[in-house]
Amino acid sequence: MTTSVGVPAAADGDRAIVPDSAPVRRGRLHALGRISRRHPLGAFGAFVLLTIVVVAVGAPYIAPFDPIEGDTAALFSPPSSTYWLGTDAFGRDILSRLIYGARVSLMVGLGASLLGVVVGASLGIVAGYRGGWADIITQRVMDAMFAFPMLLLALAMAAVLGPSLQNVIIALAMPIVPRAARIARSSVLVLKATAFIEAARATGCSDLRIMVRHVLPNTFAPLLIIATAYLGLAVVQEAALDYLGAGIQEPEPSWGLMMSGAATSLALVAPWIVIFPGLAIFLMVLASNLLGDAIRDLLDPKLQRDYP
Amino acid sequence: MNTVVAQSLLQIRNLKKYFSIRGGVFSREKARVHAVDDVSFEIMKGETLGLVGESGCGKSTTGRAILRLIEPTSGEVWFQGENVTKLDKRSMRHLRKEIQMIFQDPYSSLDPRMTVSSIIGEALLVHGLTPGRKAREQRVVELLETVGLSSEHMGRYPHEFSGGQRQRIGIARALAVNPKLIVCDEAVSALDVSVQAQVVNLLEDLQEKFGLTYLFIAHDLSVVEHISTRVAVMYLGKIVELAPAKELYVNPRHPYAEALLSAVPVPDPTAKRERIILEGDVPSPVNPPSGCRFHTRCALRVPSCSQNEQVLTEVSPGHWVACQVRTGAVAA
Repeated sequence: MTTSVGVPAAADGDRAIVPDSAPVRRGRLHALGRISRRHPLGAFGAFVLLTIVVVAVGAPYIAPFDPIEGDTAALFSPPSSTYWLGTDAFGRDILSRLIYGARVSLMVGLGASLLGVVVGASLGIVAGYRGGWADIITQRVMDAMFAFPMLLLALAMAAVLGPSLQNVIIALAMPIVPRAARIARSSVLVLKATAFIEAARATGCSDLRIMVRHVLPNTFAPLLIIATAYLGLAVVQEAALDYLGAGIQEPEPSWGLMMSGAATSLALVAPWIVIFPGLAIFLMVLASNLLGDAIRDLLDPKLQRDYP
Repeated sequence: MNTVVAQSLLQIRNLKKYFSIRGGVFSREKARVHAVDDVSFEIMKGETLGLVGESGCGKSTTGRAILRLIEPTSGEVWFQGENVTKLDKRSMRHLRKEIQMIFQDPYSSLDPRMTVSSIIGEALLVHGLTPGRKAREQRVVELLETVGLSSEHMGRYPHEFSGGQRQRIGIARALAVNPKLIVCDEAVSALDVSVQAQVVNLLEDLQEKFGLTYLFIAHDLSVVEHISTRVAVMYLGKIVELAPAKELYVNPRHPYAEALLSAVPVPDPTAKRERIILEGDVPSPVNPPSGCRFHTRCALRVPSCSQNEQVLTEVSPGHWVACQVRTGAVAA
């Protein structure tokens, strides 16, 4: 090393070596790592969901067999080295059908629960915040929707709209709407009486701003729970719609469809036909619940702590 | 003689607020709570008007009605020559730049999901007072420093602060838009005594610095005496006495004000004072007594007190009392 002559301490020099963007990127990755350590279950949930997404998107490249064309020489084949998760009554590879089926199930599950909660929460928040006639009318409509069993309402919607993926999502979102609206409205009624909402009005915020910036974030926790809880239900009910001919049609694969219909009667003879799609649904629901809980905690400033 | 003619900033004329109690079939109105019943007063530029009274006497309702956080049943509020009660929604939001409020509970009056920076910056954003994020943050820092906090507090959430600090945040939020009038609704009541003093001093400093006018609503009489230029005493939705602070505390004329002030503790254990203990409870504002609201508990009452509506009458310059006995309109 050369002897430094009156060179100031290294602090400035150090910083100059690292490119400008590096600390930011490292900081973000670092933060992600920190969050994962604090919410290992949430990180697990995120990982599982992400895996399902990747599998669904990359289905043609990942699936070992065609999901629709079966191998007639291998009907009811139990899990083996060729068919890892076995085959069904038509000799179709369960694993490949699961991989392709992830597309429908993921879209239906996420789509229906998000759509239902977003629409329901918006209605509930506006009704609760506005009060008066808007509230009364919204509530009565929600009551009417409550009167139908969830599946019946979805079925009626699906029957009216006709079978397609998009319509299945809308149909399954329908029964979630009044449930989300109720919960959002009751949170709003509590919030409306709090001083910080009054303070926001005194500040000069518009009603829209108050609803979006003050009411919504404070009703987030129950809404997130509703969303994750109904995600699983939507996936299962999609199967019921399929079975009743109002949803995805055979031979297109979906997790719900794989578990329903004739498959159930074969559960004792060839249990792998229903067990694996059941496990897949279970894993997705579990993952979304875990991730939902972690997101709720992350969004609550009171649960934040500064980690060095 | 006063050489400086005080300029009036806010006038309240015959303000009334009744709350309906509904019930039965079709939610018919069953009764009315007379929260504020025909109140008129004026606030001068640069002064602090104290508004005192027991809980439930309508002082907070008065403050809220001025900002139209509660729509008054009738009456007018004039601010700088503008009839506030007649403004449409948009102009009203615009006017909120001029009149701000500091709330009683420093815990519930700050949105728990927002950072200090966005709480204070919200008013700036809503009224478009600062161009861009940078300018807004600069102004927030400035405001934080004004109220005795610092820029390092910007990214924090309300729950990370003590009650006194939170109230400073609330004050910074009110100051953000450079208001002319601030309604302090029990602004220090929820704080510890030592913190109360700090916040009261801060309010006084800010008044001097920015030429603010306060409507200081409180039930703590010593705090009000300290901060106020004039004080109005309310009882059951009506103002019973209005006088310069010093005058009122030395020479209260209304029997209710007298009793109220005799209840102020004196920090001298040897001091002997006569305490006026009122009999009975405050009557229900659903069914207030006729005539003078106070006649049911008044030691000075004469038969006509239960019939004659009392009006504020000037007994000495600037000192108004609503008592027919004390003003000499009726012989005791």
